[in-house]
Amino acid sequence: MIIDINFIGLIIASIMASAVPLILASCGELITERSGVLNLGVEGMMIIGAISGFALMTVTGSLIIAIFGAMLAGVLISTIFAFLTQTLITNHVATGLALTIFGIGISAMIGKNFVGIPGKEFPVIFEGLKDTIPLLGPILFGHSIVFYFAFALPFITSYFLKKTKIGLIVRAVGDSPESASNQGINVRLVRYACILYGGAMSGLAGAYLSMIYTPQWIENMTGGRGWIALALVVFSTWNPIKILIGAMIFGGLTIIQFHMQAIGVRIPVQFLTALPYIVTIIVLVVISRDSRKIRLSTPSSLGKSFHKDN
Amino acid sequence: MHKFLIRSFVSSLVLLFTLTVAAVAKDVKAAFVYIGPTGDHGWTYQHDVGRKAVEAAGFKTTYVEGVPESADAERVLRQLANSGHDVIFTTSFGYMNPTNKVAKEFPNVKFEHATGYKREHPNVSTYAARFYEGRTILGTIAGTMTKSNVIGYVASFPIPEVIRGINSFTLAAQKVNPNIKTKIVWAFTWYDPGKEAEAAKALIDQGADVIAQHTDSTAIVQMAEKAGVYAFGQASDMDKFAPKAVLTSVENNWGPYYVDRVKAVANGTWSQKDTWHGIGDGMVVISDLDSQMPADLRSKVKKLQADLASGKVHSFTGPIYDQKGNLMVAEGKTADDGMLAGMMTYVKGVEGDIPK
Repeated sequence: MIIDINFIGLIIASIMASAVPLILASCGELITERSGVLNLGVEGMMIIGAISGFALMTVTGSLIIAIFGAMLAGVLISTIFAFLTQTLITNHVATGLALTIFGIGISAMIGKNFVGIPGKEFPVIFEGLKDTIPLLGPILFGHSIVFYFAFALPFITSYFLKKTKIGLIVRAVGDSPESASNQGINVRLVRYACILYGGAMSGLAGAYLSMIYTPQWIENMTGGRGWIALALVVFSTWNPIKILIGAMIFGGLTIIQFHMQAIGVRIPVQFLTALPYIVTIIVLVVISRDSRKIRLSTPSSLGKSFHKDN
Repeated sequence: MHKFLIRSFVSSLVLLFTLTVAAVAKDVKAAFVYIGPTGDHGWTYQHDVGRKAVEAAGFKTTYVEGVPESADAERVLRQLANSGHDVIFTTSFGYMNPTNKVAKEFPNVKFEHATGYKREHPNVSTYAARFYEGRTILGTIAGTMTKSNVIGYVASFPIPEVIRGINSFTLAAQKVNPNIKTKIVWAFTWYDPGKEAEAAKALIDQGADVIAQHTDSTAIVQMAEKAGVYAFGQASDMDKFAPKAVLTSVENNWGPYYVDRVKAVANGTWSQKDTWHGIGDGMVVISDLDSQMPADLRSKVKKLQADLASGKVHSFTGPIYDQKGNLMVAEGKTADDGMLAGMMTYVKGVEGDIPK
């Protein structure tokens, strides 16, 4: 096989495209978890985003309405979670799991009328610049706006948490809701906002799948990516930049194993298929093995209900 | 737990009600058990299209979707048999043992199991489609249309059905173009648009300019459309998803068989059968041929289709050799159904090994 430089560029571009939904959903969930809330409903919120985006695109014909509608749908379904866990103080784990089951069920119900309809083409930007630079051309240009947003998001998230006042408040609420509350911070309000933000990002991740990546609706089309996004948050030790690395490794190995099969590398296919999961976990564990840092970055009150300021 | 009890109570009431209604009415009722959601636009979707044909023919139908191939299947089957259904179609290979087990308990209910081979009781029939005939046509088109001589093939799981398809496709492609190479990528899923698209992209990046698939979603033909290469639709006509890429599709057409069998139950003429229908009986349908194909190729394909239908041409006509060069089918002979049903070796010309 000829390894030319543009071929490598194409592979890297496909890896990045496959990492987009993971980055979006993980960065959203990271903010939710940093505020001390564990929402296991990512898969459910993603699939709701996927069907909402696709349905709105088909019905209204507007891509902008569809994208924002999908985010809004993610917000709405996460409001249910927020109301249950923050106002009614239900258990985070059980409520999150219920949210996923609910999301998958209701998306299938809404989706019945949208099966077998082809999606619209989503516009890409800088398409013309693709061939101007070898290697970097296909990596940097010719993608959708959501793609660029996803790759900026980990850096924005990192900056938000470290350098802004609101970011500090989110972390304070996640680490010690009691002290935050004593400082006059409305813990419940902050957590509501973080849950809703996580819902919006999961909704966007779902819409990316059904509108841009594979423009169609079929039931269960998220295929467990919500769970992978959740795992990335934990294994990255709540660090947005490491989420980016993890998502790239995961997407990368999925795609490279297909290439290895096509080239005819004699490694058992089952092993190649398992590779993305194994290697992503190993790498993230290794780069995050400093236990002091883990303690510092883990939101101390993660998954615990906060009763005080009812 | 509470809610669960109430729900089970309500559903048993509903069941009891349907039972009574069924006992009063004399109409034949057919039930369908599906492995996936009817919204998959693939395997299950096509079975459901068949079910609607039964409904259109004036019969009552029920379906249960997303039934796992486990003890759950037995439970669902028993419930359907108990609630006045006269014939039950079980539409996935893994329902083979549950179907036979439950059939024994309900000798008056007819069972129809798709893609299996066990008929342990007189009230169990089996049926399947000769999709490999469709793949002979796809191979012929792919071998003619490729310019790079590299053909990509996204496969699902290493089972005889899939291996048979790969072999049939490759034999036909080689016949029209001895220089082609078939590159196979195993996705290990029937149904994951993201993964299927990634597999297709990898094949396209490695020079494949025609992509065939044995997975269910439309992601692959859409990827082919984006990349400007050719592809074929699977299970249903996928032309509208990728008008430029899709040259034709192989459609699963269960409707005529289902209507036939339900009518047989109504007339009291139903008897145990093992059905394996192909293009000739209309269970495998080739969609419209795209006008991008040269006219002589289109007429060649039409003729091949007619010859496969009449039995003049067989997809597996000797001499056929396996990868090591051992003779599988002698010159002038054709592979028998036993060999086809258990086919687990690649023919010569397919690259790589079958995953174990």
